[in-house]
Amino acid sequence: MTTRAARGPSTAKLVAALRHGDKRAAAKLISLIEDDEPEARTVLRKIYRQTGRAHIVGLTGPPGTGKSTLISRLLKEFRKRGRKVGVIAVDPTSPFTGGAILGDRVRMAEASRDPDVFIRSMATRGYPGGLALATFDAVKVLEALGMDLVFVETVGAGQSEVEIAKRAHTTVVVEMPASGDVVQILKAGILEIGDVYVVNKADLEGADAMVANLHLVVPERGKGWRPPVLKTVATEVGGVKEVADRIEAHWRHLKDSGELAVRERARAETELRGALVEVALQRLAARPASERSLREAIDRVAARKTDVRTAAEGLLPATRAK
Amino acid sequence: MAKKIRVLMAKPGLDGHDRGVKVIARALRDAGIEVIYTGLRQSPEDIVAAAIEEDVDAIGLSSLSGAHMSLFPRVVKILREKKASDIIVAGGGIIPPEDVPKLKKAGLKGVFGPGTTLQEIVDFFQKNAGRSR
Repeated sequence: MTTRAARGPSTAKLVAALRHGDKRAAAKLISLIEDDEPEARTVLRKIYRQTGRAHIVGLTGPPGTGKSTLISRLLKEFRKRGRKVGVIAVDPTSPFTGGAILGDRVRMAEASRDPDVFIRSMATRGYPGGLALATFDAVKVLEALGMDLVFVETVGAGQSEVEIAKRAHTTVVVEMPASGDVVQILKAGILEIGDVYVVNKADLEGADAMVANLHLVVPERGKGWRPPVLKTVATEVGGVKEVADRIEAHWRHLKDSGELAVRERARAETELRGALVEVALQRLAARPASERSLREAIDRVAARKTDVRTAAEGLLPATRAK
Repeated sequence: MAKKIRVLMAKPGLDGHDRGVKVIARALRDAGIEVIYTGLRQSPEDIVAAAIEEDVDAIGLSSLSGAHMSLFPRVVKILREKKASDIIVAGGGIIPPEDVPKLKKAGLKGVFGPGTTLQEIVDFFQKNAGRSR
């Protein structure tokens, strides 16, 4: 079977082109990462030192609140301010067919041809939390491409899709009027993770009540940052400039307060722990005898002869020699 | 992780009829394909720029307004200019039978007129746009 990578230019060439701002190289490298090709690891090793400079901004919130439209407006605003902007927009994969309809570009059509904008749609491919497994490795590719700011749009999120807040520097939670009473807002989860809150579609009735309710419950995020609650009408650009201002203000706050270093370390820990689990599983699977012992362990667990944890511990020590 | 087929579906030009392209997007989704839908009134330049960023295997164009003879070949031409002609192009819509050979000659891999079944279109993309070509 010929893989996509084998047909195209070599990984080394793609990485070199990426550093010169070649969009097609960036796109191909993101595909390698998404498809979890073996070359993806080489790519990430090669570009890792060029990453870590961009401001990563997550946008999350329920479906239909206007996240994509707001991003398209913010894109324009940050382009005016001279920033190169990347977008990774995540939409859900069907749990039944594995297919997906990725429709976030519909709202961002105007930006497509700007050479200093890069937009990529991404399906979750079964990953939980409103993101895809490849999302933040793709962000690294966009950083190496030279983007100053990268937006990550989650799938329309419910109440507990909070991983974005651990991975982005600034999290923007987008709500709209009349999307629930104050008890919904009091619940834990997504309404605790914002650094900036936006009530979009603020021309609809109930916008001020939504803002008031949010003010009631929004907690302080880190030392000395009280998350603002802003109103926007993204289809008419209303309020967008202020959202951009507060996103920039939060970035400055993170740097000045030392919070950035704390968050970067937390991010490194999350990524390293995730990678450890992955490597452990791969090493387990790579052992010739392990498929059989895994099956036997499953049988023992299913027959209630061993509990899950004991079976897992029995499988792993044997890999230590590797 | 399995290699997913990625297809960009677009409406070039000023044609505002998008029910058909949405039905096809849905059929491709149900066949396990990742469909990037870009919406109405796209220029051939917009479509190619998006296809490159999305690193799709194929572009599906829909036109019901009669402008297919100028817009469809233009997408193929710009792909060539951008050295991205490994992305295949198919088109469908109200396309008279006599235009089909002309469009194929212009570089379209598939042309689908009225009466085409969804299964034919799904089969076309699965056969021609697979990542393990």
